[in-house]
Amino acid sequence: MDIPYTVNNRPDTGLYNAKLGMWLFLASEVMLFGGLFSAYIFLRLGADDGMWPHQILDVKPAFINTMILIISSVTIVQSWAAVKMGNLKKFKLYMGMTILLASAFVGIKSYEYYTKVHHYGLITNTRIQVTGYLDQDKTNDQVVAIIPDKHQAFESGKKFMETKLEAGAVSAGHHEPILFQRSDLVWFSNFMPRYNTFFAIYFTMTALHALHVIGAIVVLAYFWGPGSKMFHTNRAQFANRIEVVGLFWHFVELVWIFLFPVLYLL
Amino acid sequence: METNINHSNAHTSHDDQGHHEHQELKFWQKYIFSVDHKVIGIQYAITALLFLLLGFALMGYMRYQLAYPDTAAPYGFGKALTALVGQEMAPDGKMSGALYNSFGAMHGTIMVFLAIVPLAVGAFGNFVVPLQVGAGDMAFPKLNAASYWTYLPGGVIMLISFFVPGGAAKSGWTSYAPLSVISDHGPAFHPIMNGQTLWLIGMTVLIFSSLLGSVNMIVTIVQLRAKGLTWMRLPYFVWAQFVTAFLLLLAFPPLQAAGVMQLMDRIAGTSFFMPTGLVVNGQIWDHSGGGSPLLWQHLFWFLAHPEVYVLILPALGIVAEVVSNNTRKPIWGYKSMVYATLFLGVVSFTVWAHHMYLTGMGTKVSSFFQTTTIIISIPSVIILSCLVISLYGGSIRFNTPMLFAVAFMPMFGLGGLTGIPLAFNATNIVLHDTYYVIGHFHYIVAPGTIFAMFAGIYYWYPKATGRKMSEFLGKLHFWPSLILMNGIFMPMFFQGLAGVHRRWHTGGVVNGEALFEVTKHALHWNSFMSWSAWLLAVAQIPFIINFFWAWKRGEKVGDNPWEATTLEWNTPTPPPHGNFLKEPIVYRGPYEYSVPGEDKDFTPSWEEPKKSKTDLVNL
Amino acid sequence: MITTFLGLPPDASAEGFVIDHLLEIVHWFIIALFIGWAIFFFYMLWRFRAGKNPKAQYAGLKSHMSTHAEIGVVAIEVLLLLGLAIPIWAVQVKEFPTVGAIPVHAIAYQFGWQFHYPGEDGVFGRQNFRLTTGSNPIGLDWTDPASKDDVVVMNTMKAPLNKKLAIRVTSKDVIHNFSAPSFRVSKDAIPGIMNPIWFTPIRLGEYDIICGQLCGSGHGVMKGTVEVINQEDFDAFIKATKSAPAEAQLSSIP
Ligand code: HEA
Ligand code: HEA
Ligand code: CUA
Ligand SMILES: [Cu+2]
Repeated sequence: MDIPYTVNNRPDTGLYNAKLGMWLFLASEVMLFGGLFSAYIFLRLGADDGMWPHQILDVKPAFINTMILIISSVTIVQSWAAVKMGNLKKFKLYMGMTILLASAFVGIKSYEYYTKVHHYGLITNTRIQVTGYLDQDKTNDQVVAIIPDKHQAFESGKKFMETKLEAGAVSAGHHEPILFQRSDLVWFSNFMPRYNTFFAIYFTMTALHALHVIGAIVVLAYFWGPGSKMFHTNRAQFANRIEVVGLFWHFVELVWIFLFPVLYLL
Repeated sequence: METNINHSNAHTSHDDQGHHEHQELKFWQKYIFSVDHKVIGIQYAITALLFLLLGFALMGYMRYQLAYPDTAAPYGFGKALTALVGQEMAPDGKMSGALYNSFGAMHGTIMVFLAIVPLAVGAFGNFVVPLQVGAGDMAFPKLNAASYWTYLPGGVIMLISFFVPGGAAKSGWTSYAPLSVISDHGPAFHPIMNGQTLWLIGMTVLIFSSLLGSVNMIVTIVQLRAKGLTWMRLPYFVWAQFVTAFLLLLAFPPLQAAGVMQLMDRIAGTSFFMPTGLVVNGQIWDHSGGGSPLLWQHLFWFLAHPEVYVLILPALGIVAEVVSNNTRKPIWGYKSMVYATLFLGVVSFTVWAHHMYLTGMGTKVSSFFQTTTIIISIPSVIILSCLVISLYGGSIRFNTPMLFAVAFMPMFGLGGLTGIPLAFNATNIVLHDTYYVIGHFHYIVAPGTIFAMFAGIYYWYPKATGRKMSEFLGKLHFWPSLILMNGIFMPMFFQGLAGVHRRWHTGGVVNGEALFEVTKHALHWNSFMSWSAWLLAVAQIPFIINFFWAWKRGEKVGDNPWEATTLEWNTPTPPPHGNFLKEPIVYRGPYEYSVPGEDKDFTPSWEEPKKSKTDLVNL
Repeated sequence: MITTFLGLPPDASAEGFVIDHLLEIVHWFIIALFIGWAIFFFYMLWRFRAGKNPKAQYAGLKSHMSTHAEIGVVAIEVLLLLGLAIPIWAVQVKEFPTVGAIPVHAIAYQFGWQFHYPGEDGVFGRQNFRLTTGSNPIGLDWTDPASKDDVVVMNTMKAPLNKKLAIRVTSKDVIHNFSAPSFRVSKDAIPGIMNPIWFTPIRLGEYDIICGQLCGSGHGVMKGTVEVINQEDFDAFIKATKSAPAEAQLSSIP
C-alpha cells in the first residue's frame, strides 16, 4: 500500500501530509521560542535594580534586517505563485531574491555580533556600570581605560557620566578614556553572552534564530538549484514543497518580528 | 482454531506476496537503514529494552550501596565496577558518593528518555499505530528512520559520558542548577567531554528525535486513517498515542530551550540559572550573576510533568487493548476514556509547579497548582475506573498479556493514589524528596508501565514474528516479578514517612549507624528492598529466554491468534512492507466482542456487515 | 494513627499537628479507596473468569455507581483542598512571625549549615559575599556596627523551648533543603533567595536537619541539628559566643 495524501488533500482534513507536518513542527517551534521568551521575561523581572540595559543595541541594522525579512516574505510567496502558474523563470528569480535577502540578513547579523565583541562594559565595586570602547594602549593588567559611550545603557552609568562631565573630567564628546583600577572592578568584559543575562538571552535567541535562517537558506537553495528538477516531473508536489518551506520561512520572519522590539526597543 | 474466516488468512502462506514490491532489498536496507515502520519499531524495541536492562543494572549497583554501604560488591561485581569507571569513582570496588549520584541521575535519564519513552512510543507506537489505523506505513517513512537514527546517537552520547573524567552527569535526572552548572568544573575541566555537558548534548539530540517521531505520529493518525475509521472508532491505544505525541511535541521544546541555556552557562559562562553572589567551596564563582535557579526548574518541570503522562498513556492504551481482547467484551466507557485522555493531555501542561512547592511559593500560586493537580487526578480516576469496570461481565482469559495488564491496574492505582498526599502542599512538606516520592512514581512506571510494556510485548509478539511466546515462561516471568516489584517499592512508603530521603549514597547509614535519628527504625528495609531488586533481575531471565527462543522456536500462529477485532490483525503475519494486501475498510468500532446475535465472540472491525446496510452509514 | 503506624516520627513542634491531621485523613482516604477498589477488582477477576463465565456480556455494567463513586472521590478531594491544604499553607506563608520570635538565618553550603543569629541587638549585620573567608564564612561586613554582636555557628542550631523560631533559609552555592521532619518543616535553601519558615519547638532535645535536595557528592552526609534548650541556656549561648574578630584584626580587613 502506498502512502496517500502526499500530494493531494485528504478530503475530511483538507490537508496534505507535509503541510500538516509543517504546522505541527511550527507548533513545537512556537513552544521552543516561547520557552526562551518566557526566560527573557523571567530574567528581566528578576534582574537586580539597574542591571538590565535599556536600548543598548544599535537599532539601525536590526531595522534594516526587519525590512529585509518583510520584503522576503513577499518574494517567497511570489515564487510559490510562479510555480503554481508554471513559470519556472519567475520562480527562479523570486526564489533567488529570497535567498539573497536571507543571506543579507545573516550578513548584517554577523556584523552586529562583530561589533559586540569590541564593545565593553564594567561594574565597579560601588555598583556603577559604565559601557564603552577600550583604549587598548592605556589598558593593562592594572588599569582598564574605557572610552565611554555617549548613551549609557545603565542608569548608574548615566549618573556617573553626568558627574564626570560636571567635574570637567571628560568633555561632552568624551573621546578620552576614563581609567579604572582593575582592583576596583567587580566585573569587566566585552559584550559576549557572559557579560550579563541580557546579552546571554540576546545571543542565545538571535543565534538560534539565525540558525533557523541559515537552515532555511540551505533548503531554499536546494529548491532553487537541484531540487527544481521536480518542477518538470511532479509540479503539484513541487508547489507543495515550496508552500511548506514558505510556511517555515514565514515563521522565521514572525519570530524576528517578536525579537526585534523585545531585544532592541523595550 | 476456528478463527480463519477472514479473507486475509488466505494469504498466510507468504509465497504470493512481496513480488509486486520493489526490487530485492539488501540486508542493510531491510534491517538496518530500513524505512519500514515495523522494522524501525523493532529496532526501537530492542534498543530500548537494552537500555532498560542497563538502567536496571545501574540500579543493581546502587541498591548494593544502599543495602551494604561502603563495601565492595562480591563475586567480582565490585572489581568489574572499578575496572569500568576507574579507581577514583569506585575505590576498590566501593561506590563513591559521586558515582552513586552519577548512576542515580543516569538511571532516571536512561529509564525515562532512553528506555520507557522509546519503548512505549518509538516501539509500540511505531509498530502498532500504522497497523491499527490501516496505513501502509507512517506518513513520513524517512523521517521515521531519521528519528531512530537520532535516538541512537543520543543514547550513545549518554553511554560515552560514563567514561569521561569525572563520570556521567551527577546532578539528578532533574539537573537542577546551580549544581548542574558548576559540576565537573575543576582544574582538568574539558568544555565538552564531561558528564553534564554530554548529558545536555545527548538530551538535545534525543529531543530532536522525539520531535521527528511525534510529528510523524500525529500526521499518520490524522491523515492515514483507513476508510471508515472515524475518530470514535479508533482503538483507545491510538488515542493514547495521539495525545502522547502532542505532549512530546509541545512539552519538549521548552526543555530544549532550557538545555541550550544550561549549555551556555557551562560553556559560554553565562548566568541564566546562576544568581549573584555564589561562593562555591569558599571561592567566589566567576560569573556575572543575575540569573535564576528557579527558571531552570520551571522549564524542566514544564516538560517533565507532561513527560510523566507520556510514560503512562501508551501503557494505558496497551492495557485497554489487552483487557478488551481478553475479557471478550468492549471496553466500558470508551468515550469517557477518550475525553478523559484529551482532558488529561491539556491539563498536564498546567500542573508542573507541584514539584516545586518547597521553593518558597506564595499561597496563590501554590493554590493554583494544587487545584490543577487535584483536577488532573480526575481523568486518571475515570480511565482506571473504566478499565476495572470493563472486567464486569467479561469472560476473562488469563493468558500472559492479560496477567500483566490486570496487574497493571492496582499497581497504577497505588502509585496514583499516593500522588494525592504529594499533591497537597501541606503534606508535601513532610513527603517531598523522600522515598515516598520514589515509591509513588515507581509504582506507576515500574509495576505499572513496565508491566504494560510486557503485556504489549507478549500480545503483539505473534504479529511481529509469527510466533507466540511461551505461556509457561510467561507465567514464570509474571508471578515473581509481581511479588518482587512490591517487595522493592512498598517499603519506600514507610521509609519516606520516616524521613528517609532520596539520593542518599549512604542509604542513611554512616559508620554502621543511622545518620539521622528519625529514620532509624526504617532503614532495616534497605537490604530487603535490595534483595527484591536483585531477585527481580533474576526473574527477568525467563523473559529474556522466552523473547529470543520464541523468535525461532515459538509456536507458529495465524494472522489473528488472539481472535481480536482491531485492524492490525487483518494483515499477513508478519506483515510485509506496505502492511495490508488490500486497502482495509472499517465498518464498526474497535472492540466489537461478543456482539449479541453474532456466531463468534468477536466481530473484526474490517469484516463486512452481513445483515443490513445501516451499519455502512458512517463510511 | 495510621501515619504513625506507617513510620511518621513524633511531632515536636506546636504547629505540626495540622499537617499530621491532613496526612492522617489523606491516608485513610487513599487506603479506603484502594481497598474498596481492590475488593471490586478481585471480585471481578474471580466472578468473570472464563471458566465460570464462558460467555461475555456485550453491554457490561449498566449501573452508574462508578460515576457516583468518582463524584464522591472528587468531592472529598475538594474538601481536603479547600478545607485543609490551602488554609494550612496560607497560615505558613502569612504568619511568618516578626515580633517575639527568635530570628535565625540558616545558610547552607556544600556540605553543612551555618546559623546566623543577630545577637543581642536583634539586628543582623550587613553581609557581602565578596568578604567571605575561612574565618568569616558568611561574609559579614564587620564595619557594620550591627554585625559586631552577631553569632555564627556551624551545623547545630540552638533554639529555646516554646519560642517561635523565625528562620530564613538560604544557600551560598547550590540548592539544599532545610528539612526537619520532627518539626514538620522543609524548605529549599536557594542561593539568592531568603526563604521563610517558622515553628515552635515544644520538646527539649536534639532533632535532625536533613538536606532534602541533591547538592553534590556529600549530600547524603550533610547533617544539621536543632538543639532545643531552655531559654536561660539559649541566652547564655548568645552572650558567650562571639563571632566577630578582635578589634586588632578588624582593622586589617579591607
Ligand atoms: C508516569 C508517571 C507519573 C504519573 C502518572 C503521576 C501521576 C501523579 N503524580 Fe507524580 N511523579 C512522577 C511520575 C508520575 N506521577 C515522578 C517521576 C515524580 C518525581 C520526579 C522527581 O522528583 O524525580 C512525581 C512526583 C510527584 C509530585 C512531587 C513530589 C515531590 O517531589 O514533592 C507530586 C505532587 O503533587 C505528584 C503528584 C501526582 C498526582 C496527583 C498524579 C495523578 O495524576 C495520579 C492520578 C491517579 C489516581 C488518583 C489513581 C486512581 C486510582 C484509583 C482511584 C483506584 C485504584 C485501585 C485499583 C484499580 C484497585 N507526583
Ligand atoms: C521510567 C522510569 C523508571 C523506571 C522504569 C525505574 C525502574 C526502577 N527503579 Fe528507578 N528511578 C527513576 C525512574 C525509573 N525507575 C527516576 C526518574 C529516578 C530518580 C532519579 C534521580 O534521583 O534523579 C529513579 C530513582 C530510583 C531510586 C532512588 C535512588 C535514590 O534516590 O537514591 C531507586 C531505589 O531503589 C530506584 C529503583 C528502581 C528499580 C528497582 C527499578 C526496577 O523496577 C527496574 C525494573 C527493570 C526491569 C524489570 C528490566 C527489565 C528488562 C528486561 C527484561 C530487558 C530484556 C532485554 C531484552 C529482551 C533485550 N529508582
Ligand atoms: Cu545539601 Cu543536599
Ligand atoms: Cu508532576
